[in-house]
Amino acid sequence: MSRHVLRGELGPGAGAGRTVLQLSSGELAGAAASLLASGSRLALVGAHDAPGPLRVVYLFTSGPPDRRVEVHVELDRREPTVPSLAALSFPASRFEREMRDLFGIEPLGHPMPRRLVLHQHWPTGWYPMRHDASRAPAMVDDASPYPFVEVEGRGVYEIPVGPIHAGVIEPGHFRFSVVGETIVRMKARLWFTHKGVERLFEGRDVRHGMELAERVSGDSAVGHGLAYCLAVEEACSIDVPARAGELRAVLVELERLYNHVADVGAMCNDVGFGLANARALTLRERLLRLNAEVTGHRLLRGGVVVGGAELRRLPTLDELREIGERFREVVDLATGSAVVMDRFLGTAVLGRREAEEIGVLGVVARASGLILDARVAHPFVDPPAGFGPAHDDAGDVLARFRVRCDEVVASLSLLTSLVCRDGRLSVSGARPGGAGASHGSGIVEGWRGSVVHRVELDGAGRLTRVKIVDPSFLTWPALSIALADTIVPDFPLANKSFNLSYAGNDL
Amino acid sequence: MTAPPGVAGAILVVCAQILVAGIGGPLLLGLMRKTRSRLEGRVGPPVRQPLLDVRKLLAKQRIRPQCGSWLFAAGPLVLISTSVVVAGTAPLLTTRPPLGQSTDFFGVVFVLLLGSVFLALAALDTGTPFGGMGASRATTIGALTEPALLVAVLALSIPAHTSNLPALVREGLSDPQVIASPGRILALAAFVVVVLAESGRLPVDNPSTHLELTMIHEAMVLEHSGPDLALVTVGESMRLALLLGLLVNLSVPWGMATGSGMASLVVGTVALVAKVALAGIAIATFEVFTAKLRLFRLPELLAGAFVLALLGVVTALVSR
Repeated sequence: MSRHVLRGELGPGAGAGRTVLQLSSGELAGAAASLLASGSRLALVGAHDAPGPLRVVYLFTSGPPDRRVEVHVELDRREPTVPSLAALSFPASRFEREMRDLFGIEPLGHPMPRRLVLHQHWPTGWYPMRHDASRAPAMVDDASPYPFVEVEGRGVYEIPVGPIHAGVIEPGHFRFSVVGETIVRMKARLWFTHKGVERLFEGRDVRHGMELAERVSGDSAVGHGLAYCLAVEEACSIDVPARAGELRAVLVELERLYNHVADVGAMCNDVGFGLANARALTLRERLLRLNAEVTGHRLLRGGVVVGGAELRRLPTLDELREIGERFREVVDLATGSAVVMDRFLGTAVLGRREAEEIGVLGVVARASGLILDARVAHPFVDPPAGFGPAHDDAGDVLARFRVRCDEVVASLSLLTSLVCRDGRLSVSGARPGGAGASHGSGIVEGWRGSVVHRVELDGAGRLTRVKIVDPSFLTWPALSIALADTIVPDFPLANKSFNLSYAGNDL
Repeated sequence: MTAPPGVAGAILVVCAQILVAGIGGPLLLGLMRKTRSRLEGRVGPPVRQPLLDVRKLLAKQRIRPQCGSWLFAAGPLVLISTSVVVAGTAPLLTTRPPLGQSTDFFGVVFVLLLGSVFLALAALDTGTPFGGMGASRATTIGALTEPALLVAVLALSIPAHTSNLPALVREGLSDPQVIASPGRILALAAFVVVVLAESGRLPVDNPSTHLELTMIHEAMVLEHSGPDLALVTVGESMRLALLLGLLVNLSVPWGMATGSGMASLVVGTVALVAKVALAGIAIATFEVFTAKLRLFRLPELLAGAFVLALLGVVTALVSR
C-alpha cells in the first residue's frame, strides 16, 4: 500500500506539536487507543476521495501544549472499510456513521451501523461525497418508518414535535416517550438541512473558501471563518503577524458576547421572564451595531481574512464598560427572581461522566465540569495571564446559565486587555503561495465550543477537501441524556440551555 | 327596592353588559399586553390589536381536523356561550342585573367551568399530542383551582347568608365593613390566584409563548383556526374580563349602577371599565416581574389559594 499519500508529508510549516502517522487499518485501533488514553480527544474524522486513493484522516488533539496527531489510513476502493473505533470513543462512532452515509465507507464492528446524515429516502448506494457521485438522484421514499425505539409500559405515550416548529428555529424532530409529564426517552432526529457545504468547498480558491466558511453556521461566522483560515494558513505555511492574532481574538470574543447575551435572555424568556429577555435583546442589538462598526457586518463577517484581519475600529473601553454594566443588570434581574432560579436549578442535569463519554464541547462541557477550551489548549494568540475558562460542576440548566454569564464577563475582560494593546487596525492578508499539495487544521473556541476545520490543498492553492466539525455535532447526543427524568414542559428550557446549531451539525 | 325596570330597560342593560364584556375583553387583553411591553421597554402592539385579530380571524377560512367530531366544533361555541350567559346575568354594570335576580355565585363558577370542560374536550377530540397534553394539564390545574374557588365563594357567602351574587355585591356597597372583613379579604386573595390560573396568566401559564411543549392553555386551542379561533379568543378574553369584573365589584363596588336610570348605567359602565382596566394593568405589572412556575410547583401555589380560601371560611364562621 502506498505510504506517501500526502506528498507534503507534514505540510511545510506544520511544525511543533504536529504529527502525521500513516497507518494501515489494522494498526488504527491500537494507535487510537493509546492516543485517547494519553488524554487526546478525537476532534475530527474526515474521509477523502480524490485526489489519490480513498483514505480517512483521524485528527487527535490535546493541549495545552497544542498537540495534534493525524492518523491517515488508506482504504481499498473496491471494498472501503475501516475498523470501527466506536468501542473506544463515542464521537468516533458518530463520525463513522457520517462517513458511511457520505462516502460509503463501512465501519466494521460498529454497534449501530445505521444512517445518520442522510434520511431514509436518499437512495442507497449513492454517496454524495465520492468524487464520481452523480448529481443527486431522485429521492425514493421506501416508506420504511424511522426506527424510533418504542418505550413500552403502562401509561407511556409519545409526543412528536417538529421538524417544523412554531418559532423561528431550524428543523429538528424530537420524539418524546413520556409517562405523565416525565420524559423517559427523547430521540432527536436532525439532519433535515443537508446542504453539501463540504462539497461546495472543493475546487474553490482558498480566498473564496472563506466566504463559505463564514456561512457554515450564521451565528458562528468568526468561529468557522477563523478555523478555516487557521487551517489554510497552516497548509500554506503563512506566517500570521501577532497583531492579526489579537484582532482575530477581538472578533472571536465579540461573537461570543452577542450570542451569550442572546442566550442568557432567551433562557429567561423560556421560563416566561420576558423582562430579562427584553433587556438582553436590547443589549444584543447594541452589540450587533458595535459589530457592524467594527467589521462592517452585524454578524462580524469579513473581519478575518486569510493571513490577517481587517477591522474598521476597535471597541472602546467605555463601550466595554457600558456593555458590562448593562449585562450585569440582566443577570441581576434573572438571579434575583426566585422563580427563574428555581426553574434553572437541577433541571436537565448532564453529569460529568456522561459529558466526558459523549465528548461534549464548549459551554455544555464546562458546565458539567469538563474544562475544555481551545483558547487555552490551542491558542492562536497568547491569552492574558490568569485567564482560565469559566466552569461549573452541576451540569444543570443553572450551571450552563452561569457559565455563559461568567464567559461574558471573561470575554469583556479579555477584550479590555486586547483593545489596550497598541497596533494597527488592519493586517492585510497574505497571498497564499502554491507550495505543493498540503494540509492543515485550525481549531477555534467559538462561542458554542471548539470549531475544527481541516483543509487539503492542491499545488495550485485550490481546496481539494474541507472537513468541518462544529461542536454541535459532538454535543447533540448529550441533550437526550440530560433530559432523562426531566419534565416535558422543561424541554424547551433545557434545549435552549444547550442551544446547539442545526446548520453547523448538518453540513 | 327600586321599581323593576321595564322590559326595554332590561334588554338595554343585558345588551350593554354583554357588549362591554365582549368588546372590553379583547381590549383588556390588548391593554395587558401593552402594559407588559411598555414595562419591558418595548413599544408593543396597539391596545386594539386583539380586536383587529378577531376581525381578521373571522374573515379567514375555517379549517377543522378531519378526524374531529362535533365536539371540536362545540368547544368554541360552548365557551363563548357560557361567557355570554355570565356576562348577561352577572352584576357587572349594575347591582341589579335584570336577568340576575337569582344569579348564584356557585352557578357562575359552574357555567364558566362548563366552557373550560368543552374546550378541553375539543382539544382531546383532535387526537393530536399537543391537544391532549394541553387538556391534561388544564384539567389537572382546573381540578386544583376549582376547590379553591368554591371554598372562596363559600367564604364570601357565609356573612351574607346567601351565595346570590348581586346580593353579595350589594352587601359590600351598603356596608363597606364587610369588604374589609378578614374573611372576605382572604377569600378575595384566593380568588385572585384562581383568576390567574383560570385565565392562563403567569406564573401559571405563559400566554405569550410559542413553545408548544410548555403550553397549558394555548396547547388546547392550537388546532382551532379562523372563526373558531376568533370565538375562542373572544370567549376567553371575556372570561378574564368577567372574572376581573366580579373581583373588582366584590372588592370595590363603588360606582356601580344601583338604579335603572340611563345616567347611572353610564356611570356604572365607566366605573367598571376603569376598575377592570386598573386590575388588568396590575396583573400585567405583576406578570412582568414574575416568571412561570415549574409545572410541578403549581399544586403548591394552588394549594396555597385553597388554604387562603379555607382560612376565609374559618374566619367568616368565627366572626359571625
